[in-house]
Amino acid sequence: METLYLLIPVSVILVFLIGFAFWWSVRSGQFDDMEGPAYRVLMDDDRGTTGDPAGKMPPTATEDGEAVRPPGRSGS
Amino acid sequence: MSETQSTYNYKVVRQFAVMTVIWGIVGMLVGVIIAAQLVWPELNVAPYLSYGRLRPLHTNAVIFAFGGCALFATSYYVVQRTCHARLFSDGLAAFTFWGWQLVIVLAAITLPLGITSGKEYAELEWPIDILITLVWVSYAIVFFGTIAKRTVSHIYVANWFYGGFILAVALLHLVNSAAIPVSLTKSYSAYAGVQDAMIQWWYGHNAVGFFLTAGFLGMMYYFVPKQAGRPVYSYRLSVVHFWALIFTYMWAGPHHLHYTALPDWTQSVGMIFSLILLAPSWGGMINGIMTLSGAWHKLRDDPILKFLITSLSFYGMSTFEGPMMSIKTVNALSHYTDWTVGHVHSGALGWVAMVSIGSIYYLLPRLFGKAEMYSVRLMTVHFWVATIGVVLYIASMWIAGVMQGLMWRAVNADGTLTYSFVEAVKGSYPFWAIRFLGGVLFLSGMFIMAYNMFKTIAGGRTEDAPVLAPAGHHA
Repeated sequence: METLYLLIPVSVILVFLIGFAFWWSVRSGQFDDMEGPAYRVLMDDDRGTTGDPAGKMPPTATEDGEAVRPPGRSGS
Repeated sequence: MSETQSTYNYKVVRQFAVMTVIWGIVGMLVGVIIAAQLVWPELNVAPYLSYGRLRPLHTNAVIFAFGGCALFATSYYVVQRTCHARLFSDGLAAFTFWGWQLVIVLAAITLPLGITSGKEYAELEWPIDILITLVWVSYAIVFFGTIAKRTVSHIYVANWFYGGFILAVALLHLVNSAAIPVSLTKSYSAYAGVQDAMIQWWYGHNAVGFFLTAGFLGMMYYFVPKQAGRPVYSYRLSVVHFWALIFTYMWAGPHHLHYTALPDWTQSVGMIFSLILLAPSWGGMINGIMTLSGAWHKLRDDPILKFLITSLSFYGMSTFEGPMMSIKTVNALSHYTDWTVGHVHSGALGWVAMVSIGSIYYLLPRLFGKAEMYSVRLMTVHFWVATIGVVLYIASMWIAGVMQGLMWRAVNADGTLTYSFVEAVKGSYPFWAIRFLGGVLFLSGMFIMAYNMFKTIAGGRTEDAPVLAPAGHHA
């Protein structure tokens, strides 16, 4: 199984690279807010942004009246 | 071209989205043809259109053409919208589109001609492999370049999944496709014997794990919340899901080589890692489905959500079935039977195709300046036709697979085999016919989608949307 001499080092290097990516993302504050990003994606209105002369486009993604709670709800 | 930095690059998204549907039809049509060849062997037109040559064409077309275009389209859309930045390079993005289409066309020419490296899911010969590498490096530059120039500090979780998929596929492709060319159309693998088998399934299973899972999970984490109009059930869980999946996936490959020349301990390691994978997979599945918590009524009349949530159900089913099938004693029954084929299609049709179809339905009106798809009713019809097709497909393959496994292992009191192989083939015919029917239904759904798509595109406007300032962003 000489191929393991390739696959195991590759995996070990990979684990260190992934570990580094994880370390970087924690250190740089990527995971400081675990609530807000989920809301911010919804607040990006991707319909009707090009203008709608026919006026047929519904206003936002939450057209059925369900309020999207504000982002950055602190706590946790 | 007066495109400036103030708009998103929708052109490349549009191109990939349309080709997703086109290649979906082509790939699934070839699938239906080879399913028919199993029922009616006289349909084999030797040599170019025989089962052995069309089967790799089917797998390449559905995985890399249909699935690949869906991943390109959605990742380019998601990375721009969530980073609030235009793609890093329009030129390179255009190159990824035309380069990828060229790869697909070359595959469609070389595979029926019998030009193949013989490695499953990596059949394309070395010149095409080099082209794939060039396209993939460009893809990585465009994607990570866009992340680098993002105008928000947070990188949305979907981008982590897309990024992991892009990097892992690059590594897998480079290692597995290492070969020594002997001519323009023939090369031999750099590895031999069981070494080659191990590398091949390290690639093969991780292709499932990163191409067909991580990438499509990125899709799920964007389009399910957007279509539902609700934040993902637990953002924290989605982050845990990503890291758990990334850290544990790489060693599941040996479960494809149970009871072979591969050392026994390697098989057991593969089995254990496969079982561990159940945890992050189900975490993600529950996270996606629970996003609809409190808004289940939306499922009633929203066909896009129907596609997305059903795809998650199939994801949950196949990620339960997979670890079970990796257990050696179960595998002793299921291996080499149609059960495996059913399992793959539960994931491929139920999860990958349905989440892609839902996402493309979400994208098309937005990309072509329409309020919604031409016909919502046809989307619902598509959903039901596709769902019935998948269910027929996997149920028939379960029955056929278990029957084959039991017939192959049945022995008489004197130790001789109870059944000859051809008896198991004969017993499988009715189920192969049902599978063919399931495939025809799923393919019909794609034709409905194509009609709906062209009607939606007709008269549509193809302007790029302006880059929006991030809402509610605080540093």
